[in-house]
Amino acid sequence: MTEITEGARLRFRKKLIDRAIDLLLMVFSVLMVLPLILLVSNAFKSPQEMLAWPPTIIPHAPTLANFKAVFGETPLLRWIGNSLLFSGLSTVCIVATSAFAGYVLGKFRFRTMNIFFALFLATAVVPFEVYMIPLYFQAQALGILNSVWGLLLGYLVMSFGIFLIRQNVIHAIPDELLEAARIDGAGELWIFWRIVLPLLRGALGALGVLAFFQAWTSFAWPMIVTTTREHYTIEVGLALFQTGFTVDLGRLSAASAAVLIPSITLFVLLRRNFVQGVATTGLKE
Amino acid sequence: MLQRKRWIFAMLAILPTLAIFAWVRLYPIADTLRLSLQKWDMLSKNKPFVGLANFRELMGDHLFQDALVNTTIIAFGVLIITIPTALVLAALIYHRTRSRFAGFYETAVFIPYVVSLVPAAMAWKWIFDAKLGPLNVLLSMFGIAPQAWLFNPVLSVVCIIVLCSWQALGYAVLIYIVGFKSLPVSLFEAAKLDGASGPQSFWYVSVPMLKPITLYVSVVTLISGFNVYAQAFVLASDAQGAPGRQVRVLVLDMLENSFRNYRVGYAASEAVVLLAIVLVLTLIQFSLLREKGRS
Repeated sequence: MTEITEGARLRFRKKLIDRAIDLLLMVFSVLMVLPLILLVSNAFKSPQEMLAWPPTIIPHAPTLANFKAVFGETPLLRWIGNSLLFSGLSTVCIVATSAFAGYVLGKFRFRTMNIFFALFLATAVVPFEVYMIPLYFQAQALGILNSVWGLLLGYLVMSFGIFLIRQNVIHAIPDELLEAARIDGAGELWIFWRIVLPLLRGALGALGVLAFFQAWTSFAWPMIVTTTREHYTIEVGLALFQTGFTVDLGRLSAASAAVLIPSITLFVLLRRNFVQGVATTGLKE
Repeated sequence: MLQRKRWIFAMLAILPTLAIFAWVRLYPIADTLRLSLQKWDMLSKNKPFVGLANFRELMGDHLFQDALVNTTIIAFGVLIITIPTALVLAALIYHRTRSRFAGFYETAVFIPYVVSLVPAAMAWKWIFDAKLGPLNVLLSMFGIAPQAWLFNPVLSVVCIIVLCSWQALGYAVLIYIVGFKSLPVSLFEAAKLDGASGPQSFWYVSVPMLKPITLYVSVVTLISGFNVYAQAFVLASDAQGAPGRQVRVLVLDMLENSFRNYRVGYAASEAVVLLAIVLVLTLIQFSLLREKGRS
């Protein structure tokens, strides 16, 4: 009898602790996204309401005036378009180069390949900021400053992408499968196209999402490569826009919200891909 | 014969990637090293070799020292805030994996890591704003005088650390959650049988078991901390509105030397210093990991 009540008491205690943890996590989670929520909500406020305390989450008198002003004054859509084009092209390049290199490095055990792998590995830790100045002069020599090609130059390959695909090739594609295809007389390119790529679909998807967000949020490189207003990416455009209008928070918020809303939506939709990508590239063995 | 055919395919398949890699990665890295030993004003044809003169000058350069100190403080500040918070958060989220809110917690903590940097920094710029921001109003309710958060030299560094930590946290939590999932469940069951409470098994089982992950996340956080640029650019404009001048960071100093002062060789030597910092951090990580493997 006493044992049962003891058990019930313990279970109740555990439940209580779990609820407390839930509450704590809930508060913390809301605090984490609160700055972004307030930013989006500010975008719809009149200057008077923005000063109100406590800040309102849902504006009393929502207005689109800030958006109208921002879209009228700045080539915001153009900047978003530039960013989309740049990020899309970068994604294609990174996925393609990583797929080929990752497959070869994972399945073809020749000594030359080991040397190449060591080369990729050794330079993976070098941050982009270290070599972007010489890269800038390469873009200049090619005459592709202030263009999407110049932006792309810095984001054609991704070391972690190669490692991610290689890791997946090793774990997900059995040698026997490839050998069987070879015995049946399949060519190497056919094997890559028809057997390897379909098996890598998940990993390539994760890498694609990762690559897209990497280019979309890049800052230092677009900052030095683009110098004319119509070639800015959205990040550079916004950053320079805010130095001009330090006071007009409404317009700044509207411009920021116009960027944040689509990218957060995209992220929530692609969350699984993204998390898988970060988790596996993060934990290389 | 077959072997040879396979070798040819492998070479042809990797060649494009390798060529691009050599072109946009290897060559620029080598070029940085070479330029750091030269004097070049960006326009003239000749780049005279000056040996280590650039590095010698760096040692007496106050702006550079300023940048180095600020960047180091930011990197370690972010580290000190992020790692313990992330570890505890990940433990709690992992504990509540079966809760129906688990997905929400993970997403909410992770969103700051993925959103574009500049709009996110804008949100914080408003929060910290001395006249319009909610932070000062909130503090005044507790009787604390309003502060010029973004213009006080010490406080503006704090602001950048807060912004960077807010962003870095999601990544660290995610990696820790993966780490928790990889720990053997039997370990926690054994601890429970021995009468360990939740906090006890966290401190005596999880924390030591997760040490390699802590090491990895710490190095990644520190390295990205040393590369801080956009955050300072947006948050720390000086009184004249020049972006990023209030808190000088390494990357900003480097870009200014190259593109404003036309001293490319000098800027390259700063890049080499940054590279050296990153390499040292990586080496520390590897040697600590190896030590652990041996014992």
